[in-house]
Amino acid sequence: MHIVVCIKQVPDSAQIRVHPVTNTIMRQGVPTIINPYDLYSLEEALRLRDQFNGKVTVLTMGPPMADQALRKALSIGADAAVLLSDRFFAGSDTLATSFALSSAIAKLSETDPVDMVFCGKQTIDGDTAQVGPGIAKRLELNQLTYVEKIRAVDLGARKITVERRAEGGVQVLTTALPCLVTMLEHTNTVRRGTMADMLRAARTEITVWNAAAAGIADIALCGLKGSPTVVKKVFAPQPRKEKAKMIEAAEGGDIASATVAALFAADGRLEETLFRQTGA
Amino acid sequence: MSEAKPAAAPSRGKMKAELSDHFKTYKDVWVFVEVERGQVHPVSWELMGEGRKLADKLGVELAGVVMGASGDGCDAAIATAYEYGADKVYTIQDPLLADYRNETYTKGMTELVNTYKPEILLLGATNLGRDLAGSVATTLKTGLTADCTALAIDDDRSLGATRPTFGGSLLCTIYTLNVRPQMATIRPRVMAMPDRQPGRSGGIVLHPLGMAEESVVTKILDFIPDAAKEDAHLAYADVVVAGGVGLGKPENFKLVKDLAAVLGAEYGGSRPLVQKGWIDASRQIGQTGKTIRPRLYIAAGISGAIQHRVGVEGADQILAINTDPNAPIFDFAHQGIVGDALTVLPALTEAFRRHLSRSQAAE
Ligand SMILES: Cc1cc2nc3c(=O)[nH]c(=O)nc-3n(C[C@H](O)[C@H](O)[C@H](O)COP(=O)(O)OP(=O)(O)OC[C@H]3O[C@@H](n4cnc5c(N)ncnc54)[C@H](O)[C@@H]3O)c2cc1C
Ligand SMILES: Nc1ncnc2c1ncn2[C@@H]1O[C@H](COP(=O)(O)O)[C@@H](O)[C@H]1O
Repeated sequence: MHIVVCIKQVPDSAQIRVHPVTNTIMRQGVPTIINPYDLYSLEEALRLRDQFNGKVTVLTMGPPMADQALRKALSIGADAAVLLSDRFFAGSDTLATSFALSSAIAKLSETDPVDMVFCGKQTIDGDTAQVGPGIAKRLELNQLTYVEKIRAVDLGARKITVERRAEGGVQVLTTALPCLVTMLEHTNTVRRGTMADMLRAARTEITVWNAAAAGIADIALCGLKGSPTVVKKVFAPQPRKEKAKMIEAAEGGDIASATVAALFAADGRLEETLFRQTGA
Repeated sequence: MSEAKPAAAPSRGKMKAELSDHFKTYKDVWVFVEVERGQVHPVSWELMGEGRKLADKLGVELAGVVMGASGDGCDAAIATAYEYGADKVYTIQDPLLADYRNETYTKGMTELVNTYKPEILLLGATNLGRDLAGSVATTLKTGLTADCTALAIDDDRSLGATRPTFGGSLLCTIYTLNVRPQMATIRPRVMAMPDRQPGRSGGIVLHPLGMAEESVVTKILDFIPDAAKEDAHLAYADVVVAGGVGLGKPENFKLVKDLAAVLGAEYGGSRPLVQKGWIDASRQIGQTGKTIRPRLYIAAGISGAIQHRVGVEGADQILAINTDPNAPIFDFAHQGIVGDALTVLPALTEAFRRHLSRSQAAE
């Protein structure tokens, strides 16, 4: 069984700062991490690999330094890693990103047919949840998003059964391999690599492909050229003009009563709402 | 959708939409009406309200798209779509659409788009909407901006879709050049619910799905409804009480629940509380949790980080309780109490309890 897991290296956005004067992002020194959502998918892929004795290839598209994310994934237990890196990929939106990644997956399939592709639910920087469905569509993979649990995989019958989060409940779906899965967060506990994994990660060679190596003939479908969307402006949210009115207790009174009075004064219908919902 | 990459600033000359004659024929604003198990997700009506504004600005029609098995709530969904502002409804009704499946819905939606050619297509950023939107946009090879917080029409009739970027610390405005439709998803509660106009009616276009069950690979074996739909009301609650790291200890979260109980309110919290396991993920409020628009939001021990702020800004009234007078939450809260949540919360609970029971007795 060959599983490809798409991971993205993202800035640890908790630590991003905006320059107060120029309003640009200060990226220098911001540490990078594997997109947290991708780890749940990686874990699930590793579990299936352990069960079926297959191979997990981690794949990322990014700058040369994105190999750090791959190295990290190897140390958690992935078997092989491919870095898709080319200046033609710069400025890719989701359509162009899913094109490049699906081309690389098709290329991998030539030597070692891919049974399953895993993506994260979404990234914390792009945050679109669209690259996974994009890859599935381009490769004609059956699509299983927001999976809470993989119930069973039958390699012989090439079938998979999963529980998928839907509105108000869980859909139990069965479909055929090859398929694309995105796991929901907190659906498993991401393992720490073993010592052996870490040693192996340090030795494993990361395959680096440019567009041509990934079998991409038409670079007009990549990067900025292949992206139907453009970002026209980036800006900081408007601060609100007024600050909060601070509530203070009136003389001899307590702050809680003052607060109740202030809230009712600001919203004439609040009291009615509270009565309605408390059944009073 | 693009992720903002100011480093790779869009090249000049690629900034203006140059539509081919083919795409110039694309007209009208469409809203996907999400019917799941006979129920319309309220986000669809929020988008209908927004779609109405866009259609009026463009001087075109607003249409709803309703897919499902006939009966199954489709008729009610269509009638309600008109009342929330649709001029027209495109509908595909087929037993294969009884439950959502990516294959059948993608086929239906892409065929409608290719046949009737809308210039804008809006979907709710729900699990269903996101699953569908990505497939449809890729099939159509068009642009899709996910999780928008604002939509506007430019002078050249193109759609400017604004969304948070870089973990929510910044906003960016994205355009789809040269391809139609321009697609966007918007999360529940980001847009206000429009007024309903009872009795308002409109046109209808029926379209066949043209698929046989044998050709659909994915099968639905079962649907397990959520036992206690605990979280279901958070996004739509009129009053929400939430706690943050400032509560100190998991046991103290009870103070939030107590106040919520007295108010008949829903409760929630900031992301760190989910990460610490104090509250369920479905209770997280903010950019990566729920967006809320209550009449009253009470935040105790929450600093007001931008990712939290974007999820609560739609509230009519925000009351913040924080020991730090300089906490960022006071920059966007309407009312503030500088004080210890551990004493203020119980006092508030008591004051509200007194008030509500006294007024009740007086009636
Ligand atoms: C990509 C990304 C997405 C995110 N999404 C979300 C999201 O959806 N929702 C979200 O909430 N966060 C989100 N965050 C996290 C966010 O940036 C903040 O870290 C988080 O909101 C802080 O939570 P907090 O206010 O509870 O804790 P803190 O920032 O630690 O603030 C605690 C506050 O409590 C006050 N305090 C301390 N003691 C008391 C006391 N006794 N009484 C009263 N006040 C007291 C302190 O003054 C302080 O202001 C996200 C971050 C990233 C990077
Ligand atoms: N540059 C990339 N390289 C590898 N995988 C990616 C990349 N961008 C997105 N993905 C995958 O697609 C998922 C969804 O990303 P997004 O659409 O940006 O939210 C991620 O969780 C990854 O699994």
